[in-house]
Amino acid sequence: MLLETPFHSRTAPLCRSRRWRNWSGYAAALSYEPGHEYEYYAVRSGAALFDISPLRKYEVTGPDAAALVDRVVTRSALDCPVGRVFYTPWCDEAGKLIDDGTVQRLSADTFRITAADPCLRWFQDCALGMDASVRDITLDLAALALQGPTSRDILVGLVTGADIAALPYFAVTEGHIGAAPVTITRTGYTGDLGYEIWLAPEHALAVWDALMETGRGYGIAPAGLDALDVARIEAGLLLKEVDYVSSWTALIESRKSSPYEAGLGWTVQPRPGRDFVGQRVLEREAASPSRWALAGLEADWPSIEKRFAAVGLPPLVAGRASREAVPIYAHKGPGAGRQIGYVTSATFSPILKKYIALATIRRDFGKPGTRIEVELTVEFARHRVPATIVKTPFFDPARKRG
Amino acid sequence: MTRKYDAIVIGGGHNGLVHAAYLARAGLDVCVLEARPLVGGATITEEIFPGFRYSVFSYVVSLMRPDIIRELDLPRHGLAILPLESTLTPLPDGDRLYRDADHHRTWREIARFSIRDAEAYDEYGRSLFYMARAVKHLLGIAPPDPGRLGPDDIRGLLGLARHFLDLEPEQLHLLVKLMTMSAADFVDEWFETDVLKATLSASGIIGTFLGPRSPGTAYVLLHHYMGEIDGHFRAWGFAKGGTGAVANAIASAAREAGAEIRTDAPVARALVKNGRVNGVALANGDELHARVVSSSLDPHRTFLDLVDENDLPADLVSAVRAYRFRGSSGKINLALDAAPDFTCMPGHGPHLRGAVSISPSIDYLERAYDDAKYGDFSREPYIDIVIPSAIDPGMAPPGKHVMSCFVQYAPYELREGTWDEKRESFGDTVVDTLARYIPNIRDIIVHRQVVTPLDIERTTGLTQGNIFQGELTPSQLFFLRPAAGYAGYRTPVRGYYQCGSGTHPGGGIMGAPGKLAAGRVLADLGRRRGR
Repeated sequence: MLLETPFHSRTAPLCRSRRWRNWSGYAAALSYEPGHEYEYYAVRSGAALFDISPLRKYEVTGPDAAALVDRVVTRSALDCPVGRVFYTPWCDEAGKLIDDGTVQRLSADTFRITAADPCLRWFQDCALGMDASVRDITLDLAALALQGPTSRDILVGLVTGADIAALPYFAVTEGHIGAAPVTITRTGYTGDLGYEIWLAPEHALAVWDALMETGRGYGIAPAGLDALDVARIEAGLLLKEVDYVSSWTALIESRKSSPYEAGLGWTVQPRPGRDFVGQRVLEREAASPSRWALAGLEADWPSIEKRFAAVGLPPLVAGRASREAVPIYAHKGPGAGRQIGYVTSATFSPILKKYIALATIRRDFGKPGTRIEVELTVEFARHRVPATIVKTPFFDPARKRG
Repeated sequence: MTRKYDAIVIGGGHNGLVHAAYLARAGLDVCVLEARPLVGGATITEEIFPGFRYSVFSYVVSLMRPDIIRELDLPRHGLAILPLESTLTPLPDGDRLYRDADHHRTWREIARFSIRDAEAYDEYGRSLFYMARAVKHLLGIAPPDPGRLGPDDIRGLLGLARHFLDLEPEQLHLLVKLMTMSAADFVDEWFETDVLKATLSASGIIGTFLGPRSPGTAYVLLHHYMGEIDGHFRAWGFAKGGTGAVANAIASAAREAGAEIRTDAPVARALVKNGRVNGVALANGDELHARVVSSSLDPHRTFLDLVDENDLPADLVSAVRAYRFRGSSGKINLALDAAPDFTCMPGHGPHLRGAVSISPSIDYLERAYDDAKYGDFSREPYIDIVIPSAIDPGMAPPGKHVMSCFVQYAPYELREGTWDEKRESFGDTVVDTLARYIPNIRDIIVHRQVVTPLDIERTTGLTQGNIFQGELTPSQLFFLRPAAGYAGYRTPVRGYYQCGSGTHPGGGIMGAPGKLAAGRVLADLGRRRGR
């Protein structure tokens, strides 16, 4: 049976679509309305409220807490000041991705890490010989994401004891919503202005109610995973097991990815004297890059239209983000027509009016501006349409950091 | 009365039937001789008590090779395998460990005991997937003999070397551990929760006269994980209609291919003249002739009962005498008036469709073995329970159930008394143990069948009641099964072959020995034809 999150008694009556998905054993709304468009636009023009409680959460404490985090993740945790948050993946000894998430530094020796899947044993085993302890606090923390241009205004009017207006991008603060103590991070999975709110489950309903009440004047809408999926692709953010396969779940070597192969090379931060898990292999890879890279691509819209028009249809691109792997082919020159990679996530971007995708592609084809071809199925027939490699994020509004 | 066949198969268990089906499909005139009135051997369904159908001996299916199911088209002959998806381990204090196909629920259930174990459980599953994938290759080949090194052996060994060198180093290390460690030590490398360790290592003691802490049991654990249903390793299921339905489907395929199957036809001996076989003599004195005779009986019967020792080399005779059977298990089949009500999971529920394992701790299992070591049946035995009627309504009248209890340990040789004297007290011990976890059990039993190792031996002919035709410990596997130098399905008597679970790859409702032996027979005949 799927579990209910601490917000379930609020989210369930709102979920008019009755569309739920299994997220780590919890019932998570795919969309509250029958379609997700309204919820998507809440992310980009108002504020969307997501229940993200099923995320795995860990607390690292002790004199060696910073050293432990620094040993586990690819980014340099020692460089993270108290009150800041950073996004990072972590790897196995072979430098292959295990999982990714955000790390909050709450004090000199207290960190919180979010993860997609269980990692307690790994973190604990990495702590051997260190004076640090790791606890699974998944059930101790309910979590909400409030994302969108008006999210700041809603929180400013609601949160006491913290200066939300001055909270920088990727910073963390403690405050209150009503009587409930909350931790607020300026983070999210939408690439927009937004916040994540962490709180004890017993305060869940009061905080939800306060947000919905105050948010009413700011276009707040409860939003589900379908809207989130479109927004995170626009933001160029990866989804574990979709855009990369964890080295723990990959049954064959070739399905594993290094951070470099997943577009996360920027998170690999060796430092003199540092020794994080996978470092030696990753340093070698930095010196001689591997064959694969992550790329954003933009399909040529007139070509898509033409393919559909040929059978008398308007362009029926998926209403939802697609997680189906689709082959990519070389466009011109030597080896034209050869498969050079595959799309991992794709969506029509309502805000950009473009068909965009994240892809794993041979590094030599990954430079922005490169023309390639991507498979498109129209009326049960496969075609290839031209597409161009572009930089990610596809959508990057100034308000995200501003 | 005589009749001449191309090939005679002694024993109509599932391996004998598979063997006959493959020979018949190759165009041979084949006759299967089964001593009992029904085919199946230890793979039978019988209505011992009116309205209730027991899988009397073997009770679940997983190892049956997918290639055999496909090639013999067994679904068309009536084989249907229903899913067995959960394992419940009740604890004496009313708690439990419940695992099923719901990954997240199983995670939470294990995490109640240890979050670390819940996480390790996935890794353990992946590791055994790699191991099952690694040994799958072995299930499909006749074992090459490194001591003989004929052309086939060299080819086979080179193939093996290539196969195993392809493994990741960690996988190769793990495989060596599996071949050498005890089940308890093996699972101890992953887990800290006693009930989880006990239930996992229980797979390592089934059918062997060893405890979870005895070296060699880790392999038996793997043997139970290599089953494959629809491409998934570790999948176990129920044959619809009981395990007898598996034998019936294979028999139907064999008959369709032209094989003749005679029941009530016990064989007294194989007819051997000048070092080659030319038929068999039935217990009633009839003689049947054939240039090929394959025995699907266990090595003891194949070599010591059916042929004269003087026709065999001395090293084989002494090896078969030393071969370990040591039956260690019994079976209690119960007809129930209502569903069993578990203290730890009251009422109806999906747990009734799965396995229930009475294995609360490693110590519990080891103590059960301690009793058996000195010739007693376990006072508190390990029990593997399934309730086939919960998923297959044809097994019992509506609302009523059959419950199969595989019980260990029940040593073939008792220190005091005989199994005929102790049968019912053994049955009482099992019911007493069940009652600790199922308070209503005594009230709902309407019929009880107690099967001791002696009963297994008497009914099926399995020596000492060993369900695998000999223990599946590493010293009796692959090119050592049943004896070094005699593992290739041939025997020193020309034309006389072995095709039962006492040959590679061993026991369980797998069919692989029968098929691989058929390949050997056909290759030998082909070669002779070519000359």
